Amino acid sequence: MLEVKGLSKYFSSGILRKRYTKAVDDVNFSIKRGETLGLVGESGCGKTTLGRSILRLIEPTAGKVLFDGIDILKLNKKELRTFRPRMQMIFQDPDASLNPRMKIRESIAEPLKLQRVEKCEIEGKVQELIERVGLSPEHANRYPHQLSGGQNQRVVLARVLALNPDFIVADEPTSALDVSVQAQILNLIQDLKRELNLTLLFISHDLEVVRYMSDRIAVMYGGKIVEMGDVEDIFNDAKHPYTKLLVSGKEVV
Amino acid sequence: MNLLKIKALRVYFPTDDGIVKAVDGVDLNIKREEILGLIGETGCGKTVLGMSIMRLIQSTTLTDGEIIYKDRDLLSLSDDEMRKIRGGEIAMVLQNPMTSLNPVIRVGEQIAETIRLHQGLDKKAARKRVIEMLRDVRIPDPEKSVDSYPHQLSGGMQERVMIAMALASDPELIIADEPTKGLDVTVKREIIRLMKEVTAKRSMLFITHDLGAAAEICDNIAVMYAGELLEHASVDSIFSEPLHPYSEGLLNSLPERGLKPIRGISPSLIDTPQGCRFHPRCDYAMEICREKHPEMVKLEDGRAVRCFLYA
Repeated sequence: MLEVKGLSKYFSSGILRKRYTKAVDDVNFSIKRGETLGLVGESGCGKTTLGRSILRLIEPTAGKVLFDGIDILKLNKKELRTFRPRMQMIFQDPDASLNPRMKIRESIAEPLKLQRVEKCEIEGKVQELIERVGLSPEHANRYPHQLSGGQNQRVVLARVLALNPDFIVADEPTSALDVSVQAQILNLIQDLKRELNLTLLFISHDLEVVRYMSDRIAVMYGGKIVEMGDVEDIFNDAKHPYTKLLVSGKEVV
Repeated sequence: MNLLKIKALRVYFPTDDGIVKAVDGVDLNIKREEILGLIGETGCGKTVLGMSIMRLIQSTTLTDGEIIYKDRDLLSLSDDEMRKIRGGEIAMVLQNPMTSLNPVIRVGEQIAETIRLHQGLDKKAARKRVIEMLRDVRIPDPEKSVDSYPHQLSGGMQERVMIAMALASDPELIIADEPTKGLDVTVKREIIRLMKEVTAKRSMLFITHDLGAAAEICDNIAVMYAGELLEHASVDSIFSEPLHPYSEGLLNSLPERGLKPIRGISPSLIDTPQGCRFHPRCDYAMEICREKHPEMVKLEDGRAVRCFLYA
């Protein structure tokens, strides 16, 4: 369903003597429909840049991103806008992902309005989504600062689901949350994925989380994907030295 | 031998919305050369507990109870006396080195400040000592790093600077507040190894919500929830057989243990539930849990747990 070919993103700095940082360097992979690909790597390895480049939240330097055969990088602005609802992103910090001045109800209604859902239907849809992500109806009238991080991440999920996406990039969706809440959110993502047959790119630095969430894992190091394989193969039979290092020193709990 | 004894400690913050009971009746001892883990989730009061040992909580707070360090109650010391202990015999490793280090002062200077204050060394001797310290915490090329600014160092290196700073006064007790927060897996492992090494002959209160890190480094674990302790046990017994339903729930939330969440969310510290504070989220809650507040029960094997299942 999604095919990434030779994707690169270089950042340049300096005016006279340009220097380039290869944040993403010639990355190739594909994701099947309904599959979750986990992307692990340490901070600064380029995994967030990769996730954003795929959705064209930043413009990649080179490469192809084929989504159901359509090259996303070739779309013009208008085409991209009609395409966007199908590919969504969940960010790290739920509190920063929501407009602090909007009530939860308005935040969730916004994507529906953009979809030109009939006005009279919006309220019902909002209620449905709120229930869908495990919030209670009274949350609709609150502001993000009145909710916990876990609850806000549920609101973010409701907003994403409002657009009926096929593909979601989840960039460390639980790294700001406590373990007991993290478990709630990860389970919710798993349930939604199964029900709606979503395809997921799940980015995290937490190996155990990726192991639980993914069908396959890609390990990123210094802008390149250094190893990719089925979850158990990566954990039991890592080939690349960096993967070995990651997997070997797992804390024994 | 207990180095630090906390008795019935209460730390309340008056706010416009009501009184925030961040620490609400905590009894806790730290033995000599013990590494005690204080684990709990965001907003359970664990950082406030650590800060109150150092008396870093502002004066408008309502504090009650005793914090006895070597027969002296830290809460009744004068500010001058406390200043000698703080950063001297008791040192702290704060979370988030990026914001805890002064961005416009070279790291060497920042460490030297403590040394000059507590050991009375002159500038040159202090610098020499700082370089040694940086070498002790395995910062590469210490002669050069001593003149770096914090932003020139990586997160892991900054954390090492924080540790060096805490060790500068050769403290007996270290209070480490989430020293591994925000670090990559591989870096985290190195920091834990380093902390284990430097605390071999010291005591440490290791505050964290990272259960894996706690399991690696601690001798004993205290579990905190909504301002009070719920369980206190050795690291092996708590990870193999957690007694309190909250401890069990926390462990089961880990991905490697099946990712079974605890339902609901942590209560607000302004309005804690009646009876047992955990009962609204507890799968084993009984009638009595709604009505009565459980006391900490000491069990035969030295463990302690605050739950009616064991009363």
